[in-house]
Amino acid sequence: MNNSHKMVTRQLNFYYDKFRALEDVTLDFRSNQATALIGPSGCGKSTFLRCLNRMNDLIPLIRVEGEVLLDGDPIYGHGVDVVEIRRRVGMVFQKPNPFPKSIFENVAYGLRVNGVRNRDFIAERVEKSLRQAVLWGEVSDRLHDTALGLSGGQQQRLCIARALAVEPEVVLMDEPASALDPIATQKIEELIHELKKRYTIIIVTHNMQQAARVSDYTAFFYLGRLIEFNKTDTIFTKPDKKETEDYITGRFG
Amino acid sequence: MTVERTTDDRKKGSFHRSRKFSQGSMFFLFRIAAVLNGVALLIIIYFLVTRGWRAINWEFLTQAPRESMTQGGILPCIVGTLCLSLGAIIIALPIGVASAIYLSEYARPGRILRIIRLGINNLAGVPSVVFGLFGLAFFVTWLGFGVSILSGALTLGAMSLPVIIGASEEALRAVPQTYREASMGLGATKWQTIYRVVLPAALPGILTGAILGISRAAGETAPIMFTAAVFYTKQLPSSILDEIMALPYHVYVLATAGTEIEKTRHLQYGTALVLIVLVLGMNLFAIIYRSYLRRRI
Repeated sequence: MNNSHKMVTRQLNFYYDKFRALEDVTLDFRSNQATALIGPSGCGKSTFLRCLNRMNDLIPLIRVEGEVLLDGDPIYGHGVDVVEIRRRVGMVFQKPNPFPKSIFENVAYGLRVNGVRNRDFIAERVEKSLRQAVLWGEVSDRLHDTALGLSGGQQQRLCIARALAVEPEVVLMDEPASALDPIATQKIEELIHELKKRYTIIIVTHNMQQAARVSDYTAFFYLGRLIEFNKTDTIFTKPDKKETEDYITGRFG
Repeated sequence: MTVERTTDDRKKGSFHRSRKFSQGSMFFLFRIAAVLNGVALLIIIYFLVTRGWRAINWEFLTQAPRESMTQGGILPCIVGTLCLSLGAIIIALPIGVASAIYLSEYARPGRILRIIRLGINNLAGVPSVVFGLFGLAFFVTWLGFGVSILSGALTLGAMSLPVIIGASEEALRAVPQTYREASMGLGATKWQTIYRVVLPAALPGILTGAILGISRAAGETAPIMFTAAVFYTKQLPSSILDEIMALPYHVYVLATAGTEIEKTRHLQYGTALVLIVLVLGMNLFAIIYRSYLRRRI
């Protein structure tokens, strides 16, 4: 189970109408590892991330070529249940976006839309997810208060709990700490270390130090292409390509 | 070279002076415009209150008119207007919100969408008397509902549709896209997302649109003249196929077609006063309800 490939992309090309945002990206993600996607603004890393749970489908005029496999099965193509893919591949967004509902209802949302009705089960799962997101202690006495009353860092952990509640297999994170202060950021990073044990994490980050802190593997993107992919230690100490080295040492970006 | 000029020195320059003056005078004009709104409303209310308050008493509000409308009250009119407003909302709100959901969440840009929008915008421009004739021809005659609450509510509902659709669409578009993304990311379908997240979040704005549409409809005379309202009914309506009396039409009746116009003049103002209170009351209620919803969220 460890070290098998949870998700794979082969020759992935992505177009926003006529603009080619991703070119021939071939990448594999191992189970229970954290992979960081780094690169300068506009390099396509967020676009790539959103291909993994088909969130780009919400944008009009897009085109996908190539393959994306989850446990060996393609997620694009006829007969694929997109809704199920999105349950198995969860996402945490850059800016915390809890629903304008109570804390409890936020976490329960994923369960309810997937048809779960048993109230005890939902309550248990909500508690479990909030504990996993290290938020339970702070909110257990006000579960039915509005989620919008939480601080930024708490809201983001709530969004993580919300994503975990449906027990995904992969968790995609799009710069999850970029809108947060350093203390909240640290809590999120510690969280990722814990989550790695149970989920496969793929995280886009602008912050190279963060990538070095939390990930096992790192992929460097530039202008829509995958330039280099290797163990994080290697990328940051002995990068193969010149572009990688230039980016990491801050010569551009 | 150091330039030591104090702020006062700079302000004494003529360009700066005239710039400050034109900004001040523009703000003054804007304030006047805003105040004029309130003043206009106050003048209307003052006018009606001073001329009509004598007519307001318990009998006026709870009795039917007697003696060629010189005595008695306007209860049937109040009941009629309330029935029409309720009926119009029941018809226009579901259709309007459903249309708005289709237009803002499902429709793809193209020729059909443009034609639909053109239709809605033109509907908004149709004069109310033309709506009345439409109601007469279609609901009263062709569908055979006759002059009734049903025909009137359908006509008023059709009149309110563009306003409700417009406000609902705006409210739906104002819901942040991030909510939809978060919902779909958890494995919800589009309809689940709309039903559970988007619609509840848009509810305050949709309600505002409903108030605007319906309070306009409540005060209209022309659409109900041919479709629902009559000069006089012996009793209160007992079914939606009954004809009714209505407040705006009653004002018209008392002012022009009554048999004792001079004697009923104060009743006419009293009726208008009741109508204004009703309309403002509906507005106030919905505004309070909307802010309650906002605080709950």
